[in-house]
Amino acid sequence: MANEKEVIARRVAKELRDGDVVNLGIGLPTMVADYLPEGISIVAQSENGMLGVDAAPEAGKEDPDLCNAGGKYVTAIRGACCFDSAMSFSIIRGGHVDVAVLGALEVDQAGNLASHIVPEKMVPGMGGAMDLAVGAKKIIIATLHTTNGKHKLLKELSLPATALGVVDLVITEKAVIEVTPEGFLLKEIAADTTMDDVVRATGADMRVSPELVYM
Amino acid sequence: MKNKVVSLEKAMECINDGVTLMVGGFLNCGSPIQIIDAIVAKGVKDITLIANDTSTTGIANSKLIASRMVKKAIVSHIGTNPETGRQMLAGELDVQLVPQGTLAERIRAAGAGLGGVLTPAGVGTDVSQGEATMTVEGKEYMLALPLKAEVAIIKGSVVDTFGNIMYNGTTRNFNPLMATAADVVIVEAEKIVEVGELDPSHVVTSGIFVDYIVGGANNGE
Repeated sequence: MANEKEVIARRVAKELRDGDVVNLGIGLPTMVADYLPEGISIVAQSENGMLGVDAAPEAGKEDPDLCNAGGKYVTAIRGACCFDSAMSFSIIRGGHVDVAVLGALEVDQAGNLASHIVPEKMVPGMGGAMDLAVGAKKIIIATLHTTNGKHKLLKELSLPATALGVVDLVITEKAVIEVTPEGFLLKEIAADTTMDDVVRATGADMRVSPELVYM
Repeated sequence: MKNKVVSLEKAMECINDGVTLMVGGFLNCGSPIQIIDAIVAKGVKDITLIANDTSTTGIANSKLIASRMVKKAIVSHIGTNPETGRQMLAGELDVQLVPQGTLAERIRAAGAGLGGVLTPAGVGTDVSQGEATMTVEGKEYMLALPLKAEVAIIKGSVVDTFGNIMYNGTTRNFNPLMATAADVVIVEAEKIVEVGELDPSHVVTSGIFVDYIVGGANNGE
């Protein structure tokens, strides 16, 4: 069985269209680039100031002047472009990013996102998350369905919000769930799970799409 | 045109206790690490640091934090430097977290003579609590005020002796913005060239913003 993160990254990759400008968050979202379907190429944006981010360089070929927002060395596609932080966030807030793939601590049924703080425990700072969440045309959350059995998909956030009403789609190892004005809509379910399992792992009501399919 | 290349020691005369200091760079990429090391060596106290982040342990901004020279940090992210979080939670360091795009615009506004900008980032979150908001064409924004500094230290890849700067790759980040928003601007050059050697089309930061140039071929003079 493929590992859970790979399942998520592969499924997110199928949401991307050829030519999309995409911001991939740190961690799991970064993996999405490895699973793009044949014939689909994206323009990856990195908030530290680059469009056209490509894979990590081979060992020994790192360019210290070319990094992503996680501080990791990257390479550039042909036709890439670098810019300052104000331009980078003009691109982000101005609606010029087609899709942002972000991680999450919690998502609720109103599409509210919590991803930047666990008060008094984990205070890393929001970085570019608040700008990305309100600015990108489509927000896909790529996350494990639960953390150590604890619900992440909720009726209402328990953690401080990063942005309100912004999440369009949640993709986990168990399911693909759309956020609609009526709340969560279950659209796809993993072949190795059951409806009961998905319902148990979700801390909010879900409607089930009449076109429900396997992921 | 005036030659602004000076020794690191001369440039350090501008950086003293209580300084409000902008530091360019994004997780060490495009960070003026020689100037930061000189600040650590000088033992400057009570710095208000304005930067994207506090870097990763052992390099760049993290050295200012580790040496306890910073009393207040206005940054977007501290997650890569556990010591910053520790000092903050222990009440030893005042950390103001600002969304990254808002931080960039606040610095840009200060340098561009604007009274602030209206941004949708952070509206409805803790960030907008107590801040002025305004609805424009049906959408809610919050007011982000300009942010200036007494001294900005930035990094340039190729700098001419007047201070015109070209930036390689992703070293640009906050550097050109900070160059416009401080009373004194010191650029650490990777390489220094004569005036006229840079193609004007490649210059991102004009030398009019720069007061002192250190490093490059004159490194260590």
